[in-house]
Amino acid sequence: MGAEMVPVEHVLVLAGLLFVIGLFGLMLRRNIIFMLMALEVMLNSAALAFIAAGARWGQPDGQVIFMFILAIAAAEVSVGLGLVLQMRRQLQSLDMNDAVRLRG
Amino acid sequence: MEILLTAVPMLPLASAAMLLLYGRHMGKSLVTGLGVGSIGLAALTVLALAVQWQDATGPVTVMLWQWFSVGNFSVDLALRLDQLSLIWLCTITGIGFLIHLYSSEYMGGDDNYSRYFAYLNLFVAAMLLLVLGDSMLLLFLGWEGVGLCSYLLIGFWYRDSANGAAARKAFIVTRAGDAAMALGLFLLVAEFNTLNIQEIVLAASASWAAGEPLATLACALIFTGAVGKSAQLPLQTWLPDAMAGPTPVSALIHAATMVTAGIYLVARLNGLFVLAPDVLFAIAAVGVATALMAACAALAQHDIKRILAYSTISQLGYMFLALGVQAWDAGVFHMMTHAFFKALLFLAAGAVIECLHHEQDIRKMGGLRTHLPVPFWSFLIGSAALAALPATAGFASKDLILLRAWEVTGSGIWLWSVAAIAAMITALYSFKLVFVVFFGELKTEATHQPGWRMALPLMLLCVLSIVGGWISLPLAEVLPLAANHPAHGTIAIVSAAIPIVGVALAYFIFLGGQLNVTGLTESSTGRWTAQYWLQGWGMDRLYDRLLVQPYASLAQWWRGEPMDRVVALIMGSAVTIHEQLSASQSGRLGRYVAVLSAGLIVMLTLMLLRATP
Repeated sequence: MGAEMVPVEHVLVLAGLLFVIGLFGLMLRRNIIFMLMALEVMLNSAALAFIAAGARWGQPDGQVIFMFILAIAAAEVSVGLGLVLQMRRQLQSLDMNDAVRLRG
Repeated sequence: MEILLTAVPMLPLASAAMLLLYGRHMGKSLVTGLGVGSIGLAALTVLALAVQWQDATGPVTVMLWQWFSVGNFSVDLALRLDQLSLIWLCTITGIGFLIHLYSSEYMGGDDNYSRYFAYLNLFVAAMLLLVLGDSMLLLFLGWEGVGLCSYLLIGFWYRDSANGAAARKAFIVTRAGDAAMALGLFLLVAEFNTLNIQEIVLAASASWAAGEPLATLACALIFTGAVGKSAQLPLQTWLPDAMAGPTPVSALIHAATMVTAGIYLVARLNGLFVLAPDVLFAIAAVGVATALMAACAALAQHDIKRILAYSTISQLGYMFLALGVQAWDAGVFHMMTHAFFKALLFLAAGAVIECLHHEQDIRKMGGLRTHLPVPFWSFLIGSAALAALPATAGFASKDLILLRAWEVTGSGIWLWSVAAIAAMITALYSFKLVFVVFFGELKTEATHQPGWRMALPLMLLCVLSIVGGWISLPLAEVLPLAANHPAHGTIAIVSAAIPIVGVALAYFIFLGGQLNVTGLTESSTGRWTAQYWLQGWGMDRLYDRLLVQPYASLAQWWRGEPMDRVVALIMGSAVTIHEQLSASQSGRLGRYVAVLSAGLIVMLTLMLLRATP
């Protein structure tokens, strides 16, 4: 079994890449839906890292945390989509910068 | 006697207070009555005092009340009459009364008639307090009082800003001397714990040997005060400018009050000054230098009043010379005769100026001898006394000073020579004045003659300027007098002849024309010297460069509020920081995330660095 396993380093690099992609998406996109998607990517990169770590040490904790993250992500998306709908209704826009009230 | 003595300063003081408070609502005759009458009464009181004095034994002291008492130091408000103050009392009230009488006509047309008399009375009152004060503090009160009144009177016509500037100059320059004098008083208080003049002199001669450094310091400081008040080098610059006031005020300042205060101070503290021989020599040197410089400056002036002002400075120099060589009686005597003839000259000059529509330039005057007989004779007698021609009051006193200066061992010959040269120049400029103004061709018509209230004081002063020399002052009890003087022979004849040479020179140059000096005066050196002397040896310009201009530029700099710039810097940086921080709150989510992750990266890096050994 051990020989066919994907090495944990590869998985961690993939998780890191996914996290950075999500982070840059969050920083650079202005559409709120894409920002939520970037957030999901970041959550999933963290979850992937947990799964890989759980498999590496043969512990169930990684999978338990993954279930948590899944639940949190689902809750977050439902609240976030609700906000998106409200924003769309009130501002007729999904651009995050249109919601800025602070003027420095 | 006590009541009379108290009344002397109180009469003018009360009159001044009434005139200041109610003068505006009084009629002109009432103002005249109060102003002139109070001084007249004071003069009569002094006369009565002098008569009663014959029976009195020793000085009279009137203790009015205790001024203040702090710890074990107390100052009494007490008046003290002895021969020295009696001489001053007679001069102040006598000459003062004549000047007041003269003023009542001279200032008759002025809108501020009552204000003028209020200040004039206050001036006399302050001077009387000065000479009667038993303590240095009361003397100092009178001292500052005459300073204040001179300021008020020099700037009497304050609508002309030049007069205001002259008044401020007089006040500030004399204040420089007063500051030194105050320091001297502090030193005496610290040393002897008293300000009573008699006690100070007694304690000083008991505890200080002659030439003691502390005595020298105290005397030098007090003498600096006298230098300021009596317009000696180097603080003489205020007196020529003080001519901005009405002419009778000049007469009062120059003859009876103010400038003689310095002489009084030194004569009064003679017991202290003999303990500081160095200071005494400095007094003589300053006096003789002032006498010569001021005489030269007087020669070059064109303004009739400025000539007289410089001659006052010069004559005060003679008085200080006398005090410096310890000829105390000669100095006091010259103060008195000078008061006679200088008041005469100023009042006569005032009459000329008034009759010529306030023309003061002697180059525009001439041939007034027959037109203005009373001022002419006054001027002639006054100038003769000023030049110290024999048989005048000025001769008696100035000759005495010259001879006493000669007697000084060592430096006597130098003091005498400089004083003699100054005496010749004095004769030259005083008779130049007479010849230019009253002889020659008529240049400005006189419109009217002086009235009786101006003519009467002139005539009385004429008489005093001649017979004043025969008054013998009873000074033996208050001043240490040298008992016997050697016969002088040649030097006495030379001293007496010098003024006559000066007058002859003046006649040949300015009237007869036998001596032609145009070659000398028109040469470049002569013109430069004349210009230099006209500006009073350039002292004004020197002080302007040295003190006034730096002060003005400093004031200009402070006007820009440099301290505010420090405060503004703090405020400005707070505002800048606020603007930067406020700009960071942009509300851009992307930027927040970037900053957040950058901060996270930094913290993680730090933690990793710390974790790796």
